[in-house]
Amino acid sequence: MTGPGSRDLGRLHPLEGAQASKIAAFCDRCGGDLTAADLTAADLTGADPHSACRSARALEPPRFCPYCRRRMKVQVLPAGWRAVCTEHGERSS
Amino acid sequence: MPSLSDSALATAAARALETGTGLAEPDVLAVLRLPDEELPAALELAHQVRMRWCGPEVEVEGIVSVKTGGCPEDCHFCSQSGLFTSPVRAVWLDIPALVEAARQTAATGATEFCIVAAVRGPDARLMAQLRDGVAAIRAEVDINIAASLGMLTRAQVDELVALGIHRYNHNLETARSFFPQVVTTHTWDERFDTLRMVRDSGMEVCCGGILGLGESLEQRAEFAVQLAALAPDEVPLNFLNPRPGTPLGEAALVDPRDALRAIAAFRLALPRTILRYAGGREITLGDLGTRDGLLGGINAVIVGNYLTTLGRSPADDLALLDDLKMPVKALSATL
Ligand code: SF4
Ligand SMILES: [Zn+2]
Ligand SMILES: [Zn+2]
Repeated sequence: MTGPGSRDLGRLHPLEGAQASKIAAFCDRCGGDLTAADLTAADLTGADPHSACRSARALEPPRFCPYCRRRMKVQVLPAGWRAVCTEHGERSS
Repeated sequence: MPSLSDSALATAAARALETGTGLAEPDVLAVLRLPDEELPAALELAHQVRMRWCGPEVEVEGIVSVKTGGCPEDCHFCSQSGLFTSPVRAVWLDIPALVEAARQTAATGATEFCIVAAVRGPDARLMAQLRDGVAAIRAEVDINIAASLGMLTRAQVDELVALGIHRYNHNLETARSFFPQVVTTHTWDERFDTLRMVRDSGMEVCCGGILGLGESLEQRAEFAVQLAALAPDEVPLNFLNPRPGTPLGEAALVDPRDALRAIAAFRLALPRTILRYAGGREITLGDLGTRDGLLGGINAVIVGNYLTTLGRSPADDLALLDDLKMPVKALSATL
């Protein structure tokens, strides 16, 4: 499998992530905020600051932990990826 | 009176198709400048050249990064340079994961597995990791092992030969005249020195580059003939996939028609070489363009993921090859 998998929070709508019990507060591609305030502002302007990130993530592994914004240690293998946050553990495709 | 493009393709046919000799720089440039209407004819000619001098088989390869990120060099396109604010962190792959990567690659039917490291050149730790990794892969997976570890010393070349590394990748990246715009921490000639040693050692030479770094069409033609002068066994063609945080992070993608013109032109400059689709093809060409390139001179692919980015599914590539009636080169054919 080469695409992002079901554990891939970066593909969730940010609000879904933000409302999950473990709050995904950051974009896992650029590390930017996914806070409610940001999203409200984005809604008002009609612009989603992370839409480009979400489409890019189809061909990229995550780089930032969605919970704490730490840069993760990411290993890309021919058929998948693994990403580790020192605080929040491992995710994989 | 024949048009300029007619004569460009006629020259290309007389030389590349009939004699298997690569085009001279002005003729490569003429192909890169062909109008869009002439692009199908250029791709068709490049395909004929590939079929005549290389045959219908496609060489399939997988790659993996054994040491990612933290590179001291400053190649402006690269997310693995430690000198930029790229989000890619330095990390090493352990031996079990390396063997797993080789196994995943072999499962696609690939004959080539390339072990890559983001370094200026290997140090003792990397050479030790390679030794252990090669032994572990050989014990479990039947596949040719290639390596890409940056610039080498003579002793390191000899050690790779002794390890049975059958092909070494070291990309010249771009035309010699443009290289200083892209890399300042080492020179094109330093890269060439490694390639010369690799070639003299008897290892197969894999050397290509990236298009879309800001080079002119003249420099693209220059690069193609510089590669031809090296006579590499394989040329991987990458298209810039702009990486966040790098100096080229905001650069434009290569126009897909320019990418296809380049594929045809590189095939006509290198009639007998393994010309491989490498990074950036998905984002530059999409599915249809991928097909056009395979019918326009490409005869090898990297399947699965790249070093820091993801590729399309190997199953899609293999289905496409099947559809095009292009057999995957078998391991027995490479030994
Ligand atoms: S291209 Fe290779 S040498 Fe250049 S910065 Fe990237 S990893 Fe280092
Ligand atoms: Zn983002
Ligand atoms: Zn975290």
